[in-house]
Amino acid sequence: MSDFEQAFALALRLLFSFDPALIEIVALSLKVSLSALFLAGLIGLPFGAAVAVTRFPGRGGVIILLNAMMGLPPVVIGLLVYMLLSRAGPLGVLGLLYTPAAMIIAQTILIAPIIAALTWQVVESLEGEYSELFRSMRVPFHRRVPTLLFDARFSLMTVMLAGFGRAVAEVGAVMIVGGNIDHLTRVMTTAIALETAKGDLAQALALGFVLVLIAITVNGAVIVIRQAARRRAYA
Amino acid sequence: MRSHEAAVLPIEARGLRYKAGGRALIGPLDLTISQGGITALMGPNGAGKSLLLRLLHGLIRPTAGTISFSGRAAGDGAPRQALVFQKPVLLRRSVAANISFARSLAGGGEHVDDILAEAGLTAQARQPARLLSGGEQQRLALARAMALRPQLLFLDEPTASLDPPATLLMEDMIAGIAQRGIKIVLVTHDVGQARRLADDIAFMHQGRIVEHGPAGTLIEAAETKEAQAFFAHRLVL
Ligand SMILES: Nc1ncnc2c1ncn2[C@@H]1O[C@H](COP(=O)(O)OP(=O)(O)OP(=O)(O)O)[C@@H](O)[C@H]1O
Ligand SMILES: [Mg+2]
Repeated sequence: MSDFEQAFALALRLLFSFDPALIEIVALSLKVSLSALFLAGLIGLPFGAAVAVTRFPGRGGVIILLNAMMGLPPVVIGLLVYMLLSRAGPLGVLGLLYTPAAMIIAQTILIAPIIAALTWQVVESLEGEYSELFRSMRVPFHRRVPTLLFDARFSLMTVMLAGFGRAVAEVGAVMIVGGNIDHLTRVMTTAIALETAKGDLAQALALGFVLVLIAITVNGAVIVIRQAARRRAYA
Repeated sequence: MRSHEAAVLPIEARGLRYKAGGRALIGPLDLTISQGGITALMGPNGAGKSLLLRLLHGLIRPTAGTISFSGRAAGDGAPRQALVFQKPVLLRRSVAANISFARSLAGGGEHVDDILAEAGLTAQARQPARLLSGGEQQRLALARAMALRPQLLFLDEPTASLDPPATLLMEDMIAGIAQRGIKIVLVTHDVGQARRLADDIAFMHQGRIVEHGPAGTLIEAAETKEAQAFFAHRLVL
């Protein structure tokens, strides 16, 4: 058996034996990325919807900024959060650097603009459809945003999934602010980078499988949601 | 007793004009509706009927002129009013949820189930609204407008794309609403419908009201040549 085949076999064995070290890393990855998703959704959904339904000076600038922030490289965000949280930085006193909290902050900053920008697009097009109805029914402003968010729920679920996919697969930001510390801040992507560098291909491959599985699940969920929406003529 | 008329009537438009894209689309237009019941707004395509309805409902602002209800300028203390578009926009929710949304805006009123029963939509209550047939969608849009508890109701060609049975169902609903003392302004091209439902007819041509009177009089013996031509043509068809 070649090294590669051996690594492959060992990776599968690790996976199916639910290796505790592996589980720990996967669990932390999910915890960090789901927390970031929750926070980014809390910020991005209402913000994107509010930008879609309001008209204010500088709105075009906000939209351009949001779209630009969608493309920010994770390492740059990692660097910014590092500078914020490092002992000399403005938030250094919190002592958050090299903790899961720092990783959650970095991933939140990474995906909040993505969720906000996609929410803006989704809600803006629905608002185009609803605006006359809203005015005709005299729907007050504070009811419009929740109504639009609710009625765009299928599209927004796919927006959230896109955000999650981006967060969980990202390596640059969590590496910088988490430090890839064993049992503390080691997540799938940083572990893969490390194990590969060390030559422990089995461990890296096993984690790679899990990441791919997550990606497939996320994409599968998107397809199922789209189909459900279409069946209800909500698409 | 026609309970809401005091808050609504007379509906008055004075010197109303509406311009868009450099074209005078409405007016100068004067209209006084002082009777309750159903007023039909008729006229050829492009006469400005939908625009007038939008102006009266406050969806667009007149370039000049005033609109008042019961002597009060539209905007302050306007009656509760609702409008049903020719192509209804339904929320991406169930049939019942479309009603309860409007009901929550009105802060209560009739139960959702009762409203659905009146619209003949009980069996479809849990269905996604957008899967309804055209006729059902129109009835839902009307029922949803009613859930807003209007004193004044604007309907823009509510039966234009419906088959005869669906049209009759819709007309029954409309007549029932008028009987409850809710003032209705109905845009229609259907002379038979105007004959069945309308108390009076306001006839529009090129952005103006050219004739306004009791329904029977306009249909049988219009005075203006525009209205004569319109109704004569219909009768020949
Ligand atoms: N926003 C707008 N800008 C420019 N022209 C408009 C606008 N809205 C309507 N018009 C024009 O105003 C005229 C009157 O339109 P309106 O929709 O009120 O006609 P209508 O009497 O309802 O006709 P129909 O019977 O076909 O529904 C039309 O010529 C239309 O093209
Ligand atoms: Mg029209």
